[in-house]
Amino acid sequence: MISIDILLNAVVTGILLGSVYASLALGLAITFGILHIPNIAHPTLVVAGAFFVYTLSQWGLDPILAALIGLVPFYILGVALYIFYSRVFERRGGANVLQSLTLFFGLSLVIEILLALGFGSELKSVSVSYIGSSLKLGLLTIPYRLLIPALLGPVMIGAVWLYLSRTNSGTAIRAVAHEERALSIAGLNPASVKRHAFGIATATAVVAGAALIMVGPVEPFAGRFQIGRVFAIVVLAGMGSIPGSLAIAIIIGIAEALVSSYLNPSWSPGVAFAILLLGLALRPQGLFGAAR
Amino acid sequence: MKTRREFHKLAAATAVALAVPAIVGSKVFAQDKPIRVGASVSLTGPLASTKNGLIGYELWRDDVNAAGGLLGRKVELVTYDDQSSAANVPAIYSKLVDVDACDVLFSPYGANLSAPVMPFIKQRDLFMIGMFGLAGNDVAKHDKFFHSGPWGPNSGRDWARGFFDLAKAQGVKKIAIINADLEFSKNAAKGGAEVAKEYGMEIVFNQSYPPNTTDFSSMIRNINAGDPEAIFIASYPADSTAIIRGVKEIGISDKVKIFGGAMVGPQYGALLSSLGPELNGLVNSHTFVPEPTMQTPAIKGFFDRYTPIAVKQGVDPLGYYIPPFYYVAGQLAAAAITGSKSVDPAKMAAFLHANSVDTIAGKIAFNEIGDWKERRVLMVQLRGIKGNDLEQFRNPGHQVILDPPSLKTGDLAGPYNKARAS
Repeated sequence: MISIDILLNAVVTGILLGSVYASLALGLAITFGILHIPNIAHPTLVVAGAFFVYTLSQWGLDPILAALIGLVPFYILGVALYIFYSRVFERRGGANVLQSLTLFFGLSLVIEILLALGFGSELKSVSVSYIGSSLKLGLLTIPYRLLIPALLGPVMIGAVWLYLSRTNSGTAIRAVAHEERALSIAGLNPASVKRHAFGIATATAVVAGAALIMVGPVEPFAGRFQIGRVFAIVVLAGMGSIPGSLAIAIIIGIAEALVSSYLNPSWSPGVAFAILLLGLALRPQGLFGAAR
Repeated sequence: MKTRREFHKLAAATAVALAVPAIVGSKVFAQDKPIRVGASVSLTGPLASTKNGLIGYELWRDDVNAAGGLLGRKVELVTYDDQSSAANVPAIYSKLVDVDACDVLFSPYGANLSAPVMPFIKQRDLFMIGMFGLAGNDVAKHDKFFHSGPWGPNSGRDWARGFFDLAKAQGVKKIAIINADLEFSKNAAKGGAEVAKEYGMEIVFNQSYPPNTTDFSSMIRNINAGDPEAIFIASYPADSTAIIRGVKEIGISDKVKIFGGAMVGPQYGALLSSLGPELNGLVNSHTFVPEPTMQTPAIKGFFDRYTPIAVKQGVDPLGYYIPPFYYVAGQLAAAAITGSKSVDPAKMAAFLHANSVDTIAGKIAFNEIGDWKERRVLMVQLRGIKGNDLEQFRNPGHQVILDPPSLKTGDLAGPYNKARAS
């Protein structure tokens, strides 16, 4: 028999987890979905963001404030990464997917090792007053440990979506994905636009990192467990669909929570891929992607 | 003919001239060259938090060499990073044996990494000390393998029996079991379920979850729905944290008398410090805690030297769980070598099977497959933790030993919710 409180709580937990997944996937939605750069190092950059937040939290800063401080350095890091990527591949005209994957795989290993050397291999977590308590609303018990990071997702995704859709530089980012040469004819430098977009994508990693370390402790290799899920979200949303990635992440979150509650938690890692296969069978361009 | 005879004489003389120095020289060389002890250590990767064990190896090596070595030979440690990957282990041990010519081997950490090397050790008939691999030799049954960890006989089933003994003493009739989908946790949960059934307990909830699960709220609600009086958990550090926090956030039935069992994480400084008072009431397995029944000058001396090195290296400054048993591994190897006056695997193994060995963790005797004859896994209850200061865990009274009875320093405080709030 299905208990209504277990069902309600599972759905709400799924929405919250989905929202956190969306934060993790946002940077990849920009780099892979819009720029078509398969940045598989993004989950590791999120973990680096979590360690940045952890470091500042040791000085008493709230994780969210620490994430806001981290936006600028992570934007600069993203710009630097793109310059490196561009010089290694794009200017030589050899930016095929396999080479790019190799580069970003190597990058993620380097970041992991640097984090392990700098912070050790032990789990790191933040201590904030709201972690460990819950909001009670009727039958619902919502841990603040999930609620607060979950709120970051829609806020950040909304801000990025507004930027991409309502500003000229945002429009340029969307345009560069479609036709670089047309952008050049319009007097814009495609490399500069991509650099800026990669910087924004990397800056989202520090906010996602704050969400990640609030939900639970992290260690330098924690990004490896997120790669599959975030790729599934970006692909299923439809390449480049920012609001779509939020919707898909929430669908996956709810499905995982229901599977955990009513079937077997061990099956939940397969949920994202089962939904991905089903979704792509029905709509190959992704659920929110435009047909090309 | 004459020429042939002269040629034979010349050949014989040459052979003798070459062989004599080689024979004499090899004897001298064998006596001079160090005894090589080989191991793979997880310096990187997800198991890198176990690398503080290397300090145990190095302290043992330094102590042995300072005392003149073994059989008059220095001890040399040869280690490689397995990157926490089982795929790297077979090649590392092939190199340790065939290229580095190690005389003694220490296994990688834990069951997952040790499993790939067991067929090799058995096939080549090598001598190995096992490092924390639960039931690591139960399949191979190699007679030259010995555990440094205190799992005891039938460890796959019985290593956490102390938790169930405590639950039985509390009159527990209904128990819930959850575990991570990983080798150690699965074995612990499977063995726990068997012991629970043996004690006539009804298992009202028995479920596994994937590694790195971050939210246990739905699982905790389902456990509460089963109304258990005991909850046995076999988890890894990240999930241990999420479970402890989930219990605080969602709440748990007042009927639960005992909670914990096989949670990896609350033995390490990082989690003790980050969770602090949230750990109060937890009953969990351990290998060493600074309680009066366990403190000896030898173990105290070990930690007096371990701590400053660990602080300098940025690893767990407490180091209660793993490092002493890495030192113990060295002591077992040393006892086998000096006792048998040899580095011959058969002679070393025969010595350890026939004799008990005094170590910093106490006297150890082995059964036919190298398990400790007596299980000495501790069940400790965390109590009286205030704040997140790690130093408080160096004092007795915060990790009270409930089991085994021979080392007991207190009785179970319960039920869990009451112990949690104290």
